[in-house]
Amino acid sequence: MPFYAGIDVGSLSSDAVIIDQEGRMLGSAITETGAHSTQAAEKALDLALAQAGLSRGDLAFSVATGYGRVSVPMAQKTITEISCHGLGAHAIFPNTRTVIDIGGQDSKAISLDERGKVVDFVMNDKCAAGTGRFLEVMAGKLGLTLDDLGRLSLAAAGEVSISSVCTVFAESEVVSLVARNHPREQIVRGLHRAIVNRVAAMVGGLGVKEAVTMSGGVAKNAGVVALMAERLGINIQVPPEPQIVGALGAALLARRQAG
Amino acid sequence: MSLAGKARFQFMKDVGAPALFALNKSAARKKRRPRPANPDFGPPLACAGRLKEIMARHYYLARFAKGARPVAWVTSGAPVELLRAFGYYTIYPENHGALCGAQKMGPELCQAAEEQGFSPDLCSYARVDLGHFFSRKTPAGRLPRPDLLFCSNNICQTVVYWYKVLAHYLKVPLVMFDTPFHFEEFTEADLDYMARQIQEMIPELERHSGRRFDEAYFRSVTQLSRDTSLLWGQCLATMKARPAPMTIFDAFVHLAPVVSLRGLPVAQEYYKILLAELEERAAKGVGALRQEKKRLMWDNIAIWYKVRDFSNLFASRGMNFVVATYTNAWAETIQYLNLDDPFKSVAQTYGLVILNNNLEHRLQLMSQMVKDYAVDGLVLHSARSCKPYSVGQYDLKRLISQRLGIPAVVIEADITDYRMFSEEQAATRLEAFFEALEAA
Repeated sequence: MPFYAGIDVGSLSSDAVIIDQEGRMLGSAITETGAHSTQAAEKALDLALAQAGLSRGDLAFSVATGYGRVSVPMAQKTITEISCHGLGAHAIFPNTRTVIDIGGQDSKAISLDERGKVVDFVMNDKCAAGTGRFLEVMAGKLGLTLDDLGRLSLAAAGEVSISSVCTVFAESEVVSLVARNHPREQIVRGLHRAIVNRVAAMVGGLGVKEAVTMSGGVAKNAGVVALMAERLGINIQVPPEPQIVGALGAALLARRQAG
Repeated sequence: MSLAGKARFQFMKDVGAPALFALNKSAARKKRRPRPANPDFGPPLACAGRLKEIMARHYYLARFAKGARPVAWVTSGAPVELLRAFGYYTIYPENHGALCGAQKMGPELCQAAEEQGFSPDLCSYARVDLGHFFSRKTPAGRLPRPDLLFCSNNICQTVVYWYKVLAHYLKVPLVMFDTPFHFEEFTEADLDYMARQIQEMIPELERHSGRRFDEAYFRSVTQLSRDTSLLWGQCLATMKARPAPMTIFDAFVHLAPVVSLRGLPVAQEYYKILLAELEERAAKGVGALRQEKKRLMWDNIAIWYKVRDFSNLFASRGMNFVVATYTNAWAETIQYLNLDDPFKSVAQTYGLVILNNNLEHRLQLMSQMVKDYAVDGLVLHSARSCKPYSVGQYDLKRLISQRLGIPAVVIEADITDYRMFSEEQAATRLEAFFEALEAA
C-alpha cells in the first residue's frame, strides 16, 4: 500500500504528515526549523514516519511546502503553502470557505471553493507585525513563553492599547508599559488586539465567507482566536493541531500527484 | 544658443554619432559571443537592435544639445507637441529613471536624494532624478541641464513638487499644465481651462526659446505625434494574436520612443518597422514564447530591475503577458487629438489619460482588455512609488476576478527601488497564482 508525505518547512517550525491511500493521517511531527532547513525537514519527516511505523522507502510521493520548500531534496514536488493550507483546512473541516493562517513570518487569508480549491488569497507584506514572530518577540520581552500568552490574555481584566503596528516600535512600547507597571496580562491582551486588528483588516479585504478556519502556530493561542472571532463577529474553528494543516495539505497533494 | 554650439550639435548629429555607432556596432559584432538561446522563447525581435541604437543616440546627442538647442526636462504625460514646435531637445526624467532602475542603480540614487532629506516614501522616479542631480551618477553618460522644466499633473501630484524642487535648484523656469481630475465628465469650463493654458504658454515659450510660434508647424508635429501613438496602439493590438508576437516585457522596452521621442520622425519610423515585424510574426504564427499556455494582463508601471527575471520566470511556465494598462497608456487617448481644434483636443488627449481618470473607467478598460486579448489571469504590481496607479488595485482585482472569473494576484514592489522588493514573498504569491491558473 502506498503512503504519502507532506513536509512544511516554515520560518519557525518544520512539520511533516504521513497519510495512506485513503487520506488517513498515520503520523505527524513538529520540529524547530533552526538554521538548517534540510536537516529540519528530514528530522520532521523521520519523526512522522517513525510514528506511522514506516520508513522513507514506503513513500510513493512527497510534496514540500512553506518558505523552505526548495530545500527539501526528498520531495518530488514543491507546492505553495497557500494551496496546501487551503486543502489541509478543507480536509479537516470540509465546510471551510476562509482560512486565516498566522505563521511564523507571514499571515494570510485564503478564500476557498466548496472543493477546497484556492479562489483568492491575501498575504501580509514585508513586515512581521501580524505574525507569530511578533508574538514571539513580545513574549521574550515580557519573560513569557508562547504557551503562556493565550491563557494570560483570556484572564486579563482589562487591556492596554498598543498603538504601533511595527514589531520593533511595539517592542519599545512594551518596554515602557512594563516600566510603568502595567499588568502583564493586560499588555498581552493589547498585543493580541494589535495582531488581530492587522490580520482582520487583511481578511476584510478578501471578504469573510463562513465557515472560517484558523491554522498555523498562532491558532494555538486561544487569546488570539477569541479576539479574532469577536472582531470579525463570527465563530472560528480551530483544528486539533493547527500547526500541521499545511503539511497535511501537502500530503494530500502528494497523493493527488501520484494518482 | 551659440553658433559654435549649434554647429557642433549638427556635426555630432549628422556625422559624429552615426560614425561612432557604426564603429560600436562593428566592435560589438567582433566581440559578441553567442548567448545560449533560452528554449522558452521564440526568436527575438529583429528590430530590438535598432531601438537600442535610437535610444543610445538620443542620450548621446543630449550631451551636445546644450547651447545648440533649448533643453527641456519633461514629465511623461505632458503635451510635448508644444515644445517640439519650438525645437526643444527633450529629456524625460521618468524614462531616465526606468533606465537607472533597469541597471539596478535605483537604491544608490534614491539614497543620494535621501541624504539630502528627501523621504524614502517619495516616488522613486523623483528620488532617482534628484539623486542623479546631487550625485551626477547616471548610466546615460551625462544628461544636459535643462533650460526649462515642463510638467503636467495629469499623472500625479508628486511631479508638481518634484519639478518645483528642480526649478529651485536649477534656477530655470517651470511651465506647468494643470489638468482637473476626470471624476465623471469634463465640463466646457474644464476644457477651456486646459486649452487656455496651452495658448498662454505660447508667448512664454516664444520668449524663452527665441523662436516664433508657427501654427502650421505645430499642426504637423501634432500630426506626427498622433500617427506615432496610433502606430504604437497597432503594435500592441498585434498581441491579440495567439500566440502573441511579443511579450509585454518587450513592450516595456519598445515603449521608450513613444514616451520620449513622440512628435519626432524617428519615433514614427521606428514603429513602422516594429509593426511590420509584429504583423509578419503574427501572420506566420511566430510567438514570443515557444509555448503560450496562458495569457496574462499586467497593471501598473514595470518593476524595472525585475523585467528580465520576470520575463524568464513567466516564460518558463508558458505564461505570456499580452496586454498592460501601462503600455496602453500611450495609445489610449490619442484618438481625441484632432488637428482641426488642436488646443481643445490636446486638453482631451492629456486630460483623459488613465492616471487622471476615475476608477470606474479603469475597471471598464481592464475588463474590455481581458475580453479583447483573451486574458486568463491578471497580475497587479502595487508600486510603492506610484500612489495614483496603486490606489484601488485591490478593489479592481476583486471585481475583475469575481466578474470575469480569472485568477488575479497583487505583487507589492517598486518601480526602481529594489529595497522595497522582497524576493521570497513575491515568489510565493506568484507560485500560488500559477497553481491557481494551472488548475483552472
